[in-house]
Amino acid sequence: MAKAFTPGLTVTARTTYRARRVLPITGDVLVARGAQVKADTVVAQTFMEGDAFPMRAANILSANPKDLPGLMLKKLGDTVAKDEPIARSKGIFGLMKTEVKSAADGVLESISDATGMVIIRGPQHPVAVQAYVSGEVIEVIAGEGVVIENAVALIQGIFGVSGETHGPIAMANAAAGDTLDESHITAAMKGCVVIGGARMTAAAIKKAKTVGAAAIVSGGIDDQDLRDFLGHDIGVAVTGSERTGITLIITEGFGDVAMAARTFKLLASHSGRVASVNGATQIRAGVMRPEIVIPLDAAHHGSGGGPAAAAGGAVAGMLEIGTSVRVIRDPYFGVLGTVAALPEQPAVLGSGSRARVLEVATVDGSRITVPRANVEVIDG
Amino acid sequence: MTAPHAASPTPSTKTPPTPDRIQVIVATDCGSTTTKAILIELVDGHYRQTQRGEAPTTVEAPFADVTLGVTNSVTELQELSGRRLIADDGTVIRRTSLTDPNGCDVYISTSSAGGGLQMMVAGVVRQMTAESAKRAALGAGAIVMDTIASNDNRKPHEQIQRIRELRPDMVLLSGGTDGGDHKKVVELAELIAPAKPRPRFGGEYQLPVIYAGNKDAAPAVARVFGAGFDLSIVPNLRPTLEAENLGPARDRIHDVFLEHVMAHAPGYDKLISWADAPIMPTPGAVGDILQTIARKRGINAVGVDIGGATTDVFSVFDGVFNRTVSANLGMSYSISNVCAEATMPRIMRWVHLPMDERELRNRVKNKMIRPTTIPQSLEALVFEQAVAREALRLSYEQHKAFATTLKGVQQQRTVGDAFSQQAGGGTLVNNMKLDLLVASGGVLSHAPRMEQTALMLIDSFEPEGFTELAKDSIFMMPHLGVLASVHPDAAMEVFEKDCLIFLGTCVAPHGEGKPGKQCFSWTLSGARSAQGTMAVGEMQVLPLAHHESCEMSVSPEKGFDMGAGPGKPVTRTVRGGTVGLILDARGRAITVPDAENERRATIQKWLTALRVYE
Repeated sequence: MAKAFTPGLTVTARTTYRARRVLPITGDVLVARGAQVKADTVVAQTFMEGDAFPMRAANILSANPKDLPGLMLKKLGDTVAKDEPIARSKGIFGLMKTEVKSAADGVLESISDATGMVIIRGPQHPVAVQAYVSGEVIEVIAGEGVVIENAVALIQGIFGVSGETHGPIAMANAAAGDTLDESHITAAMKGCVVIGGARMTAAAIKKAKTVGAAAIVSGGIDDQDLRDFLGHDIGVAVTGSERTGITLIITEGFGDVAMAARTFKLLASHSGRVASVNGATQIRAGVMRPEIVIPLDAAHHGSGGGPAAAAGGAVAGMLEIGTSVRVIRDPYFGVLGTVAALPEQPAVLGSGSRARVLEVATVDGSRITVPRANVEVIDG
Repeated sequence: MTAPHAASPTPSTKTPPTPDRIQVIVATDCGSTTTKAILIELVDGHYRQTQRGEAPTTVEAPFADVTLGVTNSVTELQELSGRRLIADDGTVIRRTSLTDPNGCDVYISTSSAGGGLQMMVAGVVRQMTAESAKRAALGAGAIVMDTIASNDNRKPHEQIQRIRELRPDMVLLSGGTDGGDHKKVVELAELIAPAKPRPRFGGEYQLPVIYAGNKDAAPAVARVFGAGFDLSIVPNLRPTLEAENLGPARDRIHDVFLEHVMAHAPGYDKLISWADAPIMPTPGAVGDILQTIARKRGINAVGVDIGGATTDVFSVFDGVFNRTVSANLGMSYSISNVCAEATMPRIMRWVHLPMDERELRNRVKNKMIRPTTIPQSLEALVFEQAVAREALRLSYEQHKAFATTLKGVQQQRTVGDAFSQQAGGGTLVNNMKLDLLVASGGVLSHAPRMEQTALMLIDSFEPEGFTELAKDSIFMMPHLGVLASVHPDAAMEVFEKDCLIFLGTCVAPHGEGKPGKQCFSWTLSGARSAQGTMAVGEMQVLPLAHHESCEMSVSPEKGFDMGAGPGKPVTRTVRGGTVGLILDARGRAITVPDAENERRATIQKWLTALRVYE
């Protein structure tokens, strides 16, 4: 019975990664099954319907909506230019006619004789979907997109901002506990996924953006620095659409916190290889965590033993005696150890609350008691 | 506004056993953070809640299956009760007979996981049909993402752009009274249809649109939506300006929630098949129970449920029910937003311990990204409870602004009203008339000391006059709300015996005065006899146990009001509780000193008076 369940994040040296790359609406798939694609290969494209521009035409003409169809100068489906007259009133004895001019370039989509509203549909927006991760197209979803597969090293971060990008991994810090500051950022990191150790400073972010780095991945970030960078506070963790020019991912949490040593080691072992990263985070329904995906070459394909060959990140699983865990809440935030005991009865915490707890034998030899809710399982 | 109305979920294909065959009940509530399970058993002829268990909700990848959290939480019940409840395949075991020592007779559940039910509503006039539509959606347990109205000060193309950006689970469209103008509501339909809002779960899912407007406009609205939408037409929710008819729209929302939304959420197909009654949206179930209490006792009541992502406030004043959802005011997913909206100084005003603001901001963000963690140290608890006060205060402000009389109703006035005209749209919430304030949600229900819950409620809601305070012991109201649909007697019995814990009565005059000056004098008689005075700024607790009540006379000073008018004495029967009788002479609104040392000393004085962190 001494088991409990805890969710966690994936950090693995080798796993099979499938990227489902689909258009938001139907369109054309540009690659065939079996094709090898790179991260920036456009695999599908389409055109999104243009913006709709409603116009109260009958009101403008001071006409009854029922009479509007008879006053139209253009018919449904006609192409119209901005400011081109599309309807005209009969005027008084043929004089003092009023016109309705198109609000935009587009096509006349609807004329309502119930409300007198006319809708102009603006030009279509082109939408292209890139592969994001290099690999083989293993499935073509007709009219929608593709599924790309590759053997990869995969690291899920805890939080990120800005969306997809890719670039070679550049190690900026020598150790997982080192703070990433501006002195570690060089011009050679242009287009790179920069890996820091502990906290990324505001100056480091600024300089990385200046040199044109694609992304920064580090253990932590100070909330104040993130707010200064974004220009606003983040109220809820739904990110990815920011247009910051650089993607930021933290692997551990906010504050001055070191990257898990084994995560750092895994990233360092792939220094120079191209990684695809996505900072999009959604800690709500259908939770999405940011990720670093490193496609492996042929030599790597044969190594390791699949997802089980994990490199020490948090994983979902059962808490049992001996399970490696990390504490994820103060006052022991970041402490690593193994589960030493799983008492069944709730215990009284320092806060006075009663909660189910576990005892952790920490790596420095001490023993602490923490709520079960405040640990995550990591692969040992 | 609507008269008390039972939420009526879609009929389940399963038929639950008859009440006489129900002795063991397992109920779960799948919240956005935690899945909570309770075990109810027939003990010596009485239904009692006997065990509880909880586990993290598992809607997120890689699990993406809500039933895992259900299995884990019910496994805790199994461990604690010794009764086998979970089969090897993870499902909930049913008893084969009334003597079977394992399994349960009924399994039921509510849910707000997966972000709950997210809706866009539209109405012609923002203060009238759009507001009625919003009330219908909120009453059904939804989060309203946006309200589109012809007069919402946005240009039509801006409205279309906004509709395109939203990814609602469904749309509720209303507008026009029956027999009235139908041009405007058709115009709204003509904005929504070309915007082609994409449903949250994407794919082949056709966006459900519920039309509850002018019945004469229904054919034109149907023509506008045509194919591509799943349109259903229900009776007008505002058939006349003077009346709302929210029931049909609300019922249809529940149906669509189950038929479409839940069916697309991770693992819900399994959960629906496990349960013996339809899954209800959590807030809908809570609203049902609160209305029942208010009706049975003939009182005005406010209930609050503060969750991880949202805070729901329910009120029943003079029989009129209202519910609001403050979408981004919660204690985990949205905790950072609470800090942003309330501002850190307003949160820190409740903290008596020295804390580093920069460090606190990082802790707030860490709670946001790891929402299932709980405070371990006293310092962390004090800070979370300070955040909770502000989340509750902001949510109640929003509720007061929304729970109003119908706007747009022509008022008959006499000369006598000339100096006391109450325009339509005045708030129904009156803290002086509030009889019962019920707290639920993790930070309130799980507070280690009852005094903490009581003070959080008083600081944020600022009740006036005499107000009973209670808490939902272990957030059981949702479970009991859905149980009432299967076994009403069992639900009421457990509610009265195990659900509510009475904290006591808050006695607080309305008014302002100089600190240290006398605020009121009081006399107790009956079960306990005592008398005394309270100075402005003071708090005090008088012992009065859970089952005790006594007569209390309060004589407020000039400038203070206990409900009969400034300076006029009031005598009432007051009820005790686990905290007792709380005398609050801080006046309304509650203020704290600006100077840091003085502020901390003042907060410490109040905490000491109520023995909050002893």
